Amino acid sequence: MKTKKIFTYLIVALLSFTLLAGCSPKAPTDQPAADVVKIGGNFELTGGVAEFGKKGENGAKLAIKEANEAGGVLGMQIEYVGADNKSEAGESTAATTKLATQDEVIGIIGPMTSGNTLAAIPVITEYGIPLVTPTGTNSTLTVTEAGALNDWVFRACFIDPFQGEVAANFAMDTLGATKAALVIDQKGDYAKGLAASFKETFEKAGKEIVASEQYVAGQDTDFRAILTNIKNKQPDIIFIPGYYNEVGMIIKQARDAKIDVAILGGDGWGTGPIVDIAGKEAMNNTYYVDHVAADDPALADFAAAFKAEYNQDADSFAALGYDAAKLLIAAIEKAGSTDKEAIRVALETMSGFAGISGDINVDSATHNPQKSASILKFVDGEKIFAARVDPK
Amino acid sequence: MKLFNVKNLIRLLVLMVVYGIIQYLFINKAINPFYMMTLVLVCIYIILAVSQNIITGFTGQLALGHAGFMAIGAYMSALVVVRMQGSLVAGIIFGALMAAAAGMLIGLPTLRLRGDYLAIATLGLGEIVRIFFLNMDYLGGATGFSVPKTIDWTWAFWLMALSVFLMSSFINSSHGRACISVRENEIAAEAMGINTTKYKVMAFTMGAFFAGLAGAIYANYMYLIHPGTFSFLKSFEILAMVVLGGLGSITGSVVGAGVLTIISAGLADYPEFRMVIIALVMIILMVYRPNGLLGNKELKLDFLRIKKKG
Repeated sequence: MKTKKIFTYLIVALLSFTLLAGCSPKAPTDQPAADVVKIGGNFELTGGVAEFGKKGENGAKLAIKEANEAGGVLGMQIEYVGADNKSEAGESTAATTKLATQDEVIGIIGPMTSGNTLAAIPVITEYGIPLVTPTGTNSTLTVTEAGALNDWVFRACFIDPFQGEVAANFAMDTLGATKAALVIDQKGDYAKGLAASFKETFEKAGKEIVASEQYVAGQDTDFRAILTNIKNKQPDIIFIPGYYNEVGMIIKQARDAKIDVAILGGDGWGTGPIVDIAGKEAMNNTYYVDHVAADDPALADFAAAFKAEYNQDADSFAALGYDAAKLLIAAIEKAGSTDKEAIRVALETMSGFAGISGDINVDSATHNPQKSASILKFVDGEKIFAARVDPK
Repeated sequence: MKLFNVKNLIRLLVLMVVYGIIQYLFINKAINPFYMMTLVLVCIYIILAVSQNIITGFTGQLALGHAGFMAIGAYMSALVVVRMQGSLVAGIIFGALMAAAAGMLIGLPTLRLRGDYLAIATLGLGEIVRIFFLNMDYLGGATGFSVPKTIDWTWAFWLMALSVFLMSSFINSSHGRACISVRENEIAAEAMGINTTKYKVMAFTMGAFFAGLAGAIYANYMYLIHPGTFSFLKSFEILAMVVLGGLGSITGSVVGAGVLTIISAGLADYPEFRMVIIALVMIILMVYRPNGLLGNKELKLDFLRIKKKG
């Protein structure tokens, strides 16, 4: 039968392509090529948070391209090897194993989310490969709950608790709030981390958390019940540390319910069309903490280059992917060799690295960079730089 | 059926040869750790696909809660190993037994439903399990739960071999034939004196047990278990392997699990095309072979050719 034959050929072709694809890049195991430095990227290219992963990967690729155009690192060109973790922890472990053992990279950039980074840590620790996550902000990535330092993990961003702290200080000092309500995504460690530090900072200053409501991201679309509870408690501000989709809906429904107080959030707001979801009117009197502000002059060159290369607008994910790659390249330069332990030490003692999201000084005790945070304000649907908060 | 007949000895011999070759290649570094990880994942998915096949392929019940049972096995074994300092064996057995218990508990009320209704009910139950672990801060919650890696290729391979052997023995027993009769015609089976609910629950419990076992292997191999791993997409992935290999064929499930896992790993260098190609393979297969790669036939070792089943 003709169709049967076509079918057989197609399947055979596809399967053999798969096998060949798996075999072909097997580099000679013992001697890494002398004139190329391999840097791996473990990003969320498909799945739930692919939007962040792609932006981060593009930022990292741009940094590597610029470095190559400027002559590479240590006189060698940099080769970027990508891997997809499908926005899933198990796949992140597999992708890291691939980069570590098959591609034999000397450093890894990514993943973007804390959960996927956590899944990569045992692998990079086993094979001794420094990893710089652009936006893995959970504090347990570099220092475990037991207080031990993860030697090989670094990050280009400040940590979650810092965002909550910044938001709480801004709410108290600038907005004069004394009563706050929290709306937390119970599914994400990101939201939970921010909310916990906001609460701690706010309550330590003698102020009151009057309500703490929960929702499930990706599922809930009607928030009127929790908003009614919040309205009855009459807070001065509401802190919603979620991602743009749910936060947009919550803000819209809050304004519909005549809740006019200031609403604050974290950098998850800045990742998508939050204004389209909530509406320009509703977004007035809202603020969020972010790593970078678009009207920052230091960012203009990068934003233009990013737009020219990918025809996309640069956001903080792209900027931090760029900074993470630049940080790793600077560490290789500083170490003066491609020895992974030397690169790790160089990262640990990195100071005065001029990133586009702020100067980075790595704290060698926690591997967390000390850098400043920006507060952005929405005015008629436009993001406007409101304040810059330096670490205390 | 005796346990040590010639047929089983030949099977054991073939398994030992396969195991030996792969172990030899690994020791001589012809297989790198990434491919080794892929092979262990193939073993895990084979157990999952065959156990799903017991429920869906042989007993004819469209259940979509397999990721939930896998999660129970994973988290319960991690509970024993990490929180109670128990041994790996104790963890695996406890995980599988808890999954089986959950399967029985869930199976008793839900297996009275048929077709789409059962699918929806089990889908919901799988999600309940995931959300339960998501909110269990004692077991890591939303951050994920770190488990030391104690499983290696040897463990995974022989546990897989043992599981497939036990499940195929079940299908070839009188209980297995009763399950098949439920699939073929439930009313006729009942008229012949078969307690259909009993056999449905039996198949469901057995499927849950081995899904739990696979979850326990996964937890002790992958360093970290995360509730997001056990979403309903995982259930669909397992079902896709079963349908790809052929509903009602154990060797089909083995092939389906192997093909899908290896395609996914082999295309890791082309992340942009990976999902597209996997989807294409599935579409082409379903258009040209709606019964799956092997239909309901089994690959038999003794003649090394495809033979029609009984």
